[in-house]
Parts: sequence; structure tokens; C-alpha cells
Amino acid sequence: MSVSDTTAPVPAAGEGRSLWQDAWRRLRRNKAAVLSALVLAVVILAAVFGPYVVPHAYDTVYSNYVRTPASLEPYPRADAIEPEIRAALRRARVDIASIAVADGVATVEVTSEREIDPRVTRYLERSDLFTNGAVQRLSDDRRSATLTADVQQFHFYLGTDGNGRDMLARILVATRVSLAIGILATAVALVIGVTYGAVAGYFGGKVDDVMMRIVDVLYSLPFIFFVIMLVVFFGRNFVLMFIAVGAIEWLDMARIVRGQTLALKRREFVQAAEALGVENAGILKRHIIPNTLGPVVIYMTLMVPRVIILESFLSFLGLGVQEPLTSLGVLIAEGARNIEGATWLLVYPAITLALVLFALNFLGDGLRDALDPKDR
Amino acid sequence: MLSYILRRFLGAIPTLFVIITASFFMMRAAPGGPFNLDRPLDPTVMANLNRVFHLDEPLFTQYLRYLRNLLAGDFGPSFIYRDFSVGDLFANGLPVSIQLGGGAIALALLVGVTAGVYAALRQNSFADYFVVATASIGTTIPTFVVAPILSLVFGVWLGWLPAGGWGDGAIANKILPIVTLALPQIAVIARLTRGATIEALRSDHVRTARAYGLPARSVVITHTLRASILPVISYLGPAAAALVTGSVVVETIFGIPGIGRFFVQSALNRDYTLVMGTVVVIAIFVVIFNLIVDLLYAWLDPRVRLD
Repeated sequence: MSVSDTTAPVPAAGEGRSLWQDAWRRLRRNKAAVLSALVLAVVILAAVFGPYVVPHAYDTVYSNYVRTPASLEPYPRADAIEPEIRAALRRARVDIASIAVADGVATVEVTSEREIDPRVTRYLERSDLFTNGAVQRLSDDRRSATLTADVQQFHFYLGTDGNGRDMLARILVATRVSLAIGILATAVALVIGVTYGAVAGYFGGKVDDVMMRIVDVLYSLPFIFFVIMLVVFFGRNFVLMFIAVGAIEWLDMARIVRGQTLALKRREFVQAAEALGVENAGILKRHIIPNTLGPVVIYMTLMVPRVIILESFLSFLGLGVQEPLTSLGVLIAEGARNIEGATWLLVYPAITLALVLFALNFLGDGLRDALDPKDR
Repeated sequence: MLSYILRRFLGAIPTLFVIITASFFMMRAAPGGPFNLDRPLDPTVMANLNRVFHLDEPLFTQYLRYLRNLLAGDFGPSFIYRDFSVGDLFANGLPVSIQLGGGAIALALLVGVTAGVYAALRQNSFADYFVVATASIGTTIPTFVVAPILSLVFGVWLGWLPAGGWGDGAIANKILPIVTLALPQIAVIARLTRGATIEALRSDHVRTARAYGLPARSVVITHTLRASILPVISYLGPAAAALVTGSVVVETIFGIPGIGRFFVQSALNRDYTLVMGTVVVIAIFVVIFNLIVDLLYAWLDPRVRLD
């Protein structure tokens, strides 16, 4: 790659490029990776700030709007307002002469056999749809009147779920939860795996044997059995979820770091540090672990999507995140149960999850290509 | 050959024993029990139930009893599915799971190997990029997204196939589950085949065959195909074992009475015998498929010796 790279500025003599600078330059040339990074940045911004911007809270229930389809038009629809007014005024013992709706204000002409009490607007306000009910005109004989009320308009850009909660807000919160679990669990796996692998590789011999046999045993257990056992022990707890996931995912990390460490500990700078009398912990911290970071970073970006899939899978089975909090797996599971009637419950969460996974995978692949020294 | 197979099975016994022992005690260490319901049972009822199912004995006695029954082929009664023994549940569910898993393996091999070889023969063409891109989509999107979307598109929107259900094993009911199970495998197999074929096409014996003027078809079929499916075979061992023992996602979404659901349900309900039975069945399939893989490997690549 660097041979054909004639357009790049040639560094001045004596000024070297570090591994990371090199990697950064190569990453920027990878269009798929750059696009993925942008998509990811947008998704992360939306997940972090979106829930504050959208008009609905993720757990607010709008019982009038259960399973409304996604739409850019505001709800309620004009043809839904009239029956609601009739239903609301039924108990008021008035006859409705005409109903008009314009610019979010409903105007109702009513007549009655008896005198109309101005408090009749209370009946309108009882419905969730209307606020600010007012008597605009009352005839002199008090037998007919004009009532107005503001229609409460809602936008459900991605529809509502089976409990009448806004899907847009729920998807944003779900993305936030899924990403947070992905990153936190990866961090847990990183800390355990890197420490474990570095210690096993550096001390070698019996210590290494015992430590790696433990890893082998954990590897050979059926994966799903392991996950379920963790859930059984820890209960369906959101905080323990990502610890459990991280505790499974550290195995690969430990193997990779151990392999790196085995090669590193024979290098001159480690021997020099040993000769100078540096403590084992110091050598591990200062020399071994920083030098394993390249492969670890690559592996980490590919682990985040795997953790998100795992978390979604557990949530899909009902073992992960619990209501009213939500995650992409929970939403997809709910969507899968409702595909016959309410397709938007499945389609939008599925698109979101696919987008996140693609972006993370392409970014991870790009990072691997950028950081892999064999590629030069 | 026969003695090799026999030795392999004997060699698997200690592994099975460790797996059974580990999962038995792990399962029992988990809090709760099969009869801890939301509404607590009357203590005498509870005591009677525990006595009937031998749960009142010391754990080690129960363990020995379980091993003894298992050797006689008895998986014991299910705690949750009353009136069914674990053996009955498997007898009903396993054929279903094997049909779907077997279909998925066949489909994945057919499509995956074809696509992989095709892409490798036209390396860096549009077709190649298409296969590689589709394969990366296939490995990225999890089954629990693919399954409902297939069900939505083909079952609900187009109405070509049933959206779910087993329908007493009608072919139409099997298509979507089999495709769902096969898709991620197709992606992996296509990738593996493509890589191995590209490598094989560069090897000396293929160059020689071409220099002799053999037709391209026979070069591919007799000289590269063998090499290109070797990595697929070693990948398929554990994957096939997972496929024929059922997928909880596919069975839940399509409403299929296989054995994939048992694992999750029974572990959560502390249905001890069913959990153990599932572990044993999966382990046996892993052993069998690994053996098949090794035999196939030795048959395809004569340099490999079976000892």
C-alpha cells in the first residue's frame, strides 16, 4: 500500500511517523470506514441527546393512541375528532348542530332544550384530546352556544407501541441502552481479558498452564448455557447484565493478549527492564500492556457489535433489559410478536440495529486494515 | 476405520462425563427450584413433591442416581412438562429440529459453496463484490432480526408462505425456518470457500492441469473443489451440531415444536432433568459431528491419517 502511495506528502528527513499516525492516515482513506464513523457519530449523538429533543418521553403512555401507525401528519386525524366530540358531549345533554376543526381548534355549535350551563366545556376537557375549552358565544335565551376547544395534537413520526408509547422516543432510548451496554461490557471484558492474558503470558510455566486451562474449560461449555446460568445466578438485573456479558466475552481477549505477551517478553526492552530491577507489575504496566494495544483495539471495535447482538438476543428472550426501560432487542422481540398488524414496531428497531451493527463492523474492519502491520 | 470410530466414541466418554458433572452441579447451585412458584405451595405438598422426585436426598446421591439412570437410557421425568418424560419430549421434538437443521445445512452447503466458487473464479468482478458484500451483511444481521423480517415479507405482505406454525410438517411451513437458519451459514461458507478456492487456483497442480489443456469445468470440479471445501467441512462440525439441536430464536418466532426452546425455558424454570438432557443431547451431537468431520477430512485429503 505505501509503495503506491505517491500522492501523500513525504515526511521530512528525520521525522518519523508513528504507528498511530500511519494507521490514522490509512483509516481516513478507507471510504466505508469513514462513512461508518460518521453514521456512528450521528447515531451516538441521537441516542445521547435525542431523548431530550423528541416531544414524548419513552415511558409516557397515550392510551388514546395505542398502535398508531408511523406518520408525519399530526394525530388525532380530523375524522377522529368528530366522534370524540360527540362521545364527550353525550353526557352534557346538548344537541350538536355542527362541528368544525381548523388549525388545531375545534368549534362546536350546540343547542339544547334547556338552558346551557357555561360549565359544559368541562365535558370536552375530560377527553384527553381537548384542552382550553371555552364558550365563545351564548345566545340570549341560553338555548344555543358556540364552544371551542384546542385539539391536543401529537406527532408520532414512528408510530406508537402496544401500550401507546411513542416509538421514536423508545428507539432512541433503546439505542442508548444498547450502545451503553455494548461499550460498558466491552470495557469489562477488556480489563479482565487484558490483565488475565498479560499475567498468564508474562509469568508463563505452571501459572500460564493453569490459567489457560481455566479459559479452555469456560470455552467448551455451551455458550448459551453459560449465559443462561449467569442470568439465573444474577437475576434479571440491568446492571449485572453487562457484567455477565463482559465476563463471557473476555475469553478471546485473554487469548489474544497472552499470545502477544509471549512474543513481547523475549524482547530486549523487557529484558533491559528486568535487568534494571523493575518490578513485575511495573513491567506489565509500562512495557507489556501498552504494546499489546494494537490488536486489542481492533478486537475491541469488533467486540462492541457482538456484545450488542448478545444483549439484544438476551433481551429478545426476555432475560435482559426489563420494562419500562427498553433496548433494541426488547423492541425487536415486541415487533416480531406484532408483525401481523403493526409492522412499524419491527421495521424501525430492526433498521436501527442493522445500521449500528454495520457501522461498527465496517469501522472495525477499517481499523484492522489500518493497524495490521502485515498489510504494509 | 471401525476401530477408529469406536476409539473416538470411547474417548468422548470422559468429556461427556465432565460436561454432565459440571452442568449438574452448576444447575443445582443456582437459587430456586422447580416447585418455587409465584404462589408458594403448601409445605406438605412441597415435601411430597420433593420426595417423589428424590429432591430431598443429598445432592451427591441424586447425582449418582442421575448417572445410573442415564446409563440405562432414562433421562428422567420433566418437572415442568408434567406427564412427559424428558425422553418423550426429545422423541417428539428432535425429529423436527433435525429436519430443519439438516435442511439448513444442505441449503447452506449448496448455495454457499456455489457462490464462493463462483466469486473466486471471477475475482474482483462485480459478482465477486456482490457475494462478499452480501456475505458481510449475512454475518452482521442476527437471526432474531432476519426471522421476523422474512416472516413479515413472505408471510404477511406477499402471503406466499405461512408466517409461522409447524402445520404437521408441511413443506411450506419449513421453508422460512430453513432459510433463516441457513442464511448466516451461507455467508460464512461462501467466504471460506472463496478464500480457499482463490488459494487453490494459484497452486501448482491446478496450473499443471491448465497447462495440459483440461477444460475449465474439470479443473474446477476435480482439482480445486476438493481443496476449497476443506475449511468449510471443519467449520461445519460445531455449526451443524448447533443447527440440528434447534434454535431458540427460530422456534420462538415461527412457533415450531423443536427442542431449541427447551434450553432457555428449562434453565429458567429449574427443570433440572430437562436442562441436563439438553446438555447431554447437544454434547452427543457435537461428538458425532466432530467425528464425521474428521472422517470426511481424511477422505477428502488423503494426507490426513486417522489415528
